[in-house]
Amino acid sequence: MMLPLFIIIPLIAAFLITLIAGKKDVWGIVLSVVASAAMLILAVISFLNVNGETIIYEMGNWKMPFGIALVLDSLSGYMLIIVNLVALTAIIYSIQYIRHLGQDFKYYALFMLMLTGMNGVILTGDIFNLYVFMEIALFAAFALVAYGCRAEEYEAAFKYAVMGSVSSIFILIGIGVLYSATSTLTMARIAQTVPNLSPQIILWVGGLFLAGFGLKAAAMPFHAWLPDAHSSAPAPISSMLSGVLIKVLGIYTITRIFFNVLDAPAVFLTIFIVIGTISILISGFLAIIQWDFKRLLAYSSISQIGYILLGIGLATPLGILGAVFHLFNHAIFKSLLFYDAGSVELALGTRDLQKLGKLGKLLPVTSGTSIIASLAISGIPPFNGFFSKLIIIIAAIAAGQPVLALLAILGSILTLAAVMKIQCYGLRQDVDVEPREKIGLGMNIAMISLAIICIVGGLLVAPGIREVALDPVVNVILEKAEYVQTVLGR
Amino acid sequence: MSKPKITVIIDPDIYKDTPRPSSDKKDTSKPSSGKSGMTLIVKTVTRITVWMIILYGFYIILHGHLTPGGGFGGGVIIALALLNVLLAYGRDFTQKWLNIHLLENIESLSALLFVIVGILGLFVSGSFLANFLSKGQLFAVVSAGTIPLLNIIIGFKVAMSLFLVVWVLAGIKMSKGDAA
Repeated sequence: MMLPLFIIIPLIAAFLITLIAGKKDVWGIVLSVVASAAMLILAVISFLNVNGETIIYEMGNWKMPFGIALVLDSLSGYMLIIVNLVALTAIIYSIQYIRHLGQDFKYYALFMLMLTGMNGVILTGDIFNLYVFMEIALFAAFALVAYGCRAEEYEAAFKYAVMGSVSSIFILIGIGVLYSATSTLTMARIAQTVPNLSPQIILWVGGLFLAGFGLKAAAMPFHAWLPDAHSSAPAPISSMLSGVLIKVLGIYTITRIFFNVLDAPAVFLTIFIVIGTISILISGFLAIIQWDFKRLLAYSSISQIGYILLGIGLATPLGILGAVFHLFNHAIFKSLLFYDAGSVELALGTRDLQKLGKLGKLLPVTSGTSIIASLAISGIPPFNGFFSKLIIIIAAIAAGQPVLALLAILGSILTLAAVMKIQCYGLRQDVDVEPREKIGLGMNIAMISLAIICIVGGLLVAPGIREVALDPVVNVILEKAEYVQTVLGR
Repeated sequence: MSKPKITVIIDPDIYKDTPRPSSDKKDTSKPSSGKSGMTLIVKTVTRITVWMIILYGFYIILHGHLTPGGGFGGGVIIALALLNVLLAYGRDFTQKWLNIHLLENIESLSALLFVIVGILGLFVSGSFLANFLSKGQLFAVVSAGTIPLLNIIIGFKVAMSLFLVVWVLAGIKMSKGDAA
């Protein structure tokens, strides 16, 4: 009963906004805040309700192998919470930020469509349905990247659109191959027939999906579009793209398809480890040499995606736990860093780190939260990033790969260097600057709430909470065969 | 890295709500709108055929559950009829002939109606988008439950969307080179 609401609510909000908010933008703000807040509450409730079980919802009363079903298990519920949490703060942040770009209501409508797409991708149990929802989210994202209507934004959006479409074609061909081999599009049914397929088909399909979803996740060889798109978009959109979109369309789909559907072929796990490590190192170095605040953050996103892929590729319970936890943490602190970048840009009119100055007095909230986020992303102890990186590193050692652990530590040092560059040059440079615009309450609330989650987020691995919050998610990924049984065997 | 020097100027008229009189005033300064568009032959043929094409589009939509085609195909046909007018008579005439703002509202409303039909299914039959009408006689026009209803909604949505996409794209003027 509750599952379709995650798709209905943002869809209704999107079209109501275009219908009634044409004259007053206030409606756009009210509707989108209400919709995303309602979905965050629903997501928390449904995650607690699921409690390791699986809930199936048959759309239009069509029975399971024939119709499209929505599947909510712990992994989906966990992703829903992350997506809707970041979305709610992004909307609250947007209220002031977007006003100076004009045309508010279209922004909120597109935002809601993007949210529809992401929630749909997370919930659906049908592989072609997943493709459709992915396209909804992507097309809304293309438009939102170009929202500022400047030349480099159009260029970035165009690049993103081309790369996104290429990756979608790979995925579509992969789905086609899978459909011709298994005669079904329901993911659980595909998973049921996968053991009977020849390994060559699995290789082909896996390769196509790896290229397609890898492009969406922007892991290292597929990353070219990300720095442009994520640095040109308006700040709340950057945080949505970097914080959740690449994870939903990339990491979530990769884990769902490779683990639950294709039964985790060993060769692809090795590939995940390799591209994860490459991403961590090379984009760590690339992040350090950037002078654009948001571009630096975008490169660091690729590096953090590398950590998640590394953890997934290890495929041990500890590795998956680290990856899943790092996925949550990265969504929080990277969104926070993008909010900081956005408020600096709004206040000073530039994001060139060399032109920024002493901001501690001018923007106390921004500079304070940016320290928290910077320490969290580079894995300094009391913050959440420390625990997830530690778990991934320990998992690498436990899996007999000490070299990978060393490289991961090196990547963490590189991240530290990159964020210290932001702090040193950007926010604490000894130059006095004049602010253009004051940062309002909404933006501050968004930043502070995420900063608080950064501090207390580490508690998710504390014994007692971990059994409720993270272990069911890890179980869904690891117990591959369970997915088939819980979805079909009723 | 040198920055590309492409500026995109979006015609402000697209985004205005409906200041028709003002846009009319602007038109009079230009060469009269009667001369815009294509030749007399094209205009005459368009005038004769546009309603037929729209009727055919509705036929395809209404028989979507019985014959090939349906909401999307029929909607495309209707959009093409409107685009025919845009091509043959030009932008100014089309702006007077059609209420663009109304089309935008129809587009949003039809998407909303689709969701509402889905929610009705949720309340009446217990599942989102489930059928809640009588399935009727096979091969009758009024049959197949909610499918014809959804086809009509999709038809409107597709027709308006496709037409408005071209309308907005045609309003964008790109200048290359100068201008910061």
